[in-house]
Formats: sequence, structure tokens, C-alpha cells
Amino acid sequence: MSTGITKRIIACLDVTKGRVVKGVQFVDLIDAGDPSELAHLHATSGADEIVLLDITATSDARPILIDVVRRTARQLFVPFTVGGGVRSLDDASALFDAGADKISINSAAIKRPEIIAEIAERFGSQAVILAIDAKRKAGAEVSVDGTVEAEVYLAGGRVATGHDAVAWAREAEARGAGEILLTSMDCDGTRNGFDCPLTAAVATAVSIPVIASGGAGTGRHFVEVFKTGCADAALAASIFHFGIHDVRELKAELQREGIPVRLPC
Amino acid sequence: MITLIDYKAGNLTSVRKAFTFLGEECVVTEDPALVRDAQALVLPGVGHFCTTERLATSGVRDAVLEAISRGVPFLGICVGMQWQFAGSTEAPETAGLALFEGPCERFKTELKVPHVGWNQIRRTAHGEHSRLLDGVPDDSFVYFTHSYRAPVVKDVSAVTCYGETFAACVERENVFGVQFHPEKSGDTGLRILKNFCNYADERSAR
Repeated sequence: MSTGITKRIIACLDVTKGRVVKGVQFVDLIDAGDPSELAHLHATSGADEIVLLDITATSDARPILIDVVRRTARQLFVPFTVGGGVRSLDDASALFDAGADKISINSAAIKRPEIIAEIAERFGSQAVILAIDAKRKAGAEVSVDGTVEAEVYLAGGRVATGHDAVAWAREAEARGAGEILLTSMDCDGTRNGFDCPLTAAVATAVSIPVIASGGAGTGRHFVEVFKTGCADAALAASIFHFGIHDVRELKAELQREGIPVRLPC
Repeated sequence: MITLIDYKAGNLTSVRKAFTFLGEECVVTEDPALVRDAQALVLPGVGHFCTTERLATSGVRDAVLEAISRGVPFLGICVGMQWQFAGSTEAPETAGLALFEGPCERFKTELKVPHVGWNQIRRTAHGEHSRLLDGVPDDSFVYFTHSYRAPVVKDVSAVTCYGETFAACVERENVFGVQFHPEKSGDTGLRILKNFCNYADERSAR
């Protein structure tokens, strides 16, 4: 028996208008299928968790699609996170009621950080993921003490906030967030690898788990983000959708590299 | 028929969904009379231990104890399992059911707390003939999310390691507890819930 927890591989479904879509840096969206079918497929092929993000709920200023969440959750028996457009405790309650285990909040928490504690007090910290979309400051390199200057963006990366990513992660933890979902906007969609220094800077600054996101392209990238990025989990969307990457194969590669994973799964 | 105890902490949807998938009817209630007369009781739970205080003030605590003494199968999940112990250092003023000895305490580890994710369970000697774990191989993976853990006492049927060894499952006669979330633990978790339902069905048939 291992003496610790396994590193999680999370499959993300970017959803708009009730369909999973796949795009290159938010443009040229291609239809990738039905959310409930894909969630089930990913879970049975070894994904440790499923995340469903309504990628246009905030920019369209509309509520998340509850019926899609309910349909997707119905036969899903691994942890299921839903995000995009969660603005209030009521929004969160409706998602939990529809079958979400965790909700991911981003823009709403920047605008009104109290929402983190409100949801955590009602549903528990384990149910609240703070999503951070971060972009390195121009010319920002990793300093000798490992800090990375990165700025938090909101509304799907459309608006700069002036917040520092590491400081915001710490504040969110203090306010009751249970996990951090950290997306590197510099790496997102490139398939050139995760931003390991940024992930490590956040992961070592907080004691809650950090999920790395943005840049996954090969199995090697996952190895790196777990080893040098100190991530507790890694998330990818597009590489899984068309079977480019088999989750079990990816986990076998991680296991060969000495990274503990849930296998067989 | 499974009676799910709702004490307004967290979210029962996932647990109810899993039982529905297994073909069980569920009733969700906070009414002590319905709890007392249940055929099988499940107490899900997330969040802070102090939320279980409501079970005492609402009269559900006494109803649960009465049902257990009649032999009604009772499954506690996560904080629901911790409540079966004497208490928790998370909320020292809130009493547990004390069906199992010892308090729950925060993890004593250099590792990150909370313990979140998939980890393995292994039977203890006591758990060798566990009804709840029937057909579940040792080292199976299940999903955890918690900062406090129960001690390894004589009724513990399976353990997990996270910096230290702690109680993953507890079982004595008709009382069962799991620290992890079977409703989120894939086929392994569904098997555990099915075992509980089978035990409850056998008992009601007697």
C-alpha cells in the first residue's frame, strides 16, 4: 500500500450552448460532443475527476446550464466540478442540487471575495475551488526565491485585475477555498507544457491542493508538472477529447516515472 | 428503502444519486420519527464537525441511537463516520455518538492538509470478514476529502496511510462508517454501497 495520496488526472469539458467544444485559445470552436457522454467516457477510461466549465456563461451574463449539469451528473460516480458563471450562493446551491460535488468560482470571487466563505460555510471548503487565470507579467522571470510575478485575469482571460496570483491564492485559502485551479494563460492552448515555475510558486505558498491547467500536450508535461511544478493534480481538456491521449496510458507513463497514480482504474 | 439523514450541512444529491443508481428508494429527512422507524439509515456529512450539533438539538441523535439498538443498519460517511466516534478536536464541545472509542483529530503530518484525492484502503485483522468490504480487494482506491481523521481502534475494519495510518472503515454489528466518499469512488464505492443495501435487505427479510 502506498503511503500517500495519488496525483490526480482531471478531464475538463469546456461547454457552450450545451455542447462540449474544443478551441485554440478560445477561437475556432469545434464541436467535441455531448457533455454527459464525454464525462462518462472519461470516467470509465481512467480520469480521476471531471470538470465542466461553461466557458461563455460569464461573458454572456447568463446562468450556467443546470439541465446539462444534472444530465451529466446522473451516472457519474467520480468527483464532479462545475464552473463558469457562478455569481452567488444561490447559483452554487442550484449546481450542488443538480449533482455537482464542487463548484469552481473565478470572476465572482474577485468582485466579492466574501462569496468564498459563504459557499464554504454552507457546503464545506472541499466543495469550493478557486479558479485563477494567471498571466506572467511582461518580462517576469523566476526570482531566486522561487516567486513568480503573475497577474490574475477574469472573465475568461479578458480583464486584467492587478491582483498577484500567489497572494490571491493565499487569500482564497484563508477565506475557505478548498482547492486552487491554476490556469496559465501563457501556456493555455499551446500544448508546450504547463507553467511549472508558476505552479510551484502557488503550490508551495498554500496548503490546499493545487490543480495545474494550461499547456498539456504530452505525457512528459504531466511528469514535469508533478515533479517540478509540485502540482497535486493536473487538468487537460482538448488532448483527451479526441482520444489523442489515453488516460490509462498517461497514468502508466507517470507510474514508470515514480509518480503515484490511481492504477488500475 | 434507505433513509438519508439531512442535517442541512452539505449536499445529499450525490449520495442519493448513487443509491438511486443501485435501484434503492431513498427518503431524505430530518424528522426524528422517520429516522426512528427507518429500515436502513445513512448519514452523509461534509464540513465542520460542529454541524453535527444540529443532530442533537433536532432529536435525530436520540432517534438514531434508538434505531441502532433495534438493529437498524446505519452507515456514516465522512463526518457521518466521525460522528460515530466520541468526538473531534475540531469541535471539542460537540459530542459524538461514542459508538467507537477515541476522538477524531487533525492529521499529524508534514504533508498537505486537507487530504484530498484517491488513496488506498487495506483491511485490518478485524476487517477480514467485513460485510461492507465484501468483494472489494485490498489496496482498492477510494476518494477522500478531509482534514480530521479517526483513530485506529479495535472496530476499524480498513485503514489508509497519509503520513500516518488512520481509520478508513469501521464496522461493528449493524453500524458501519467510511471516511471516504463511496458515492464518488467509482465502481469500488458503488460496490460498498451495494453491500450495505444487501445487508439491509437481508435484515428486513428476516
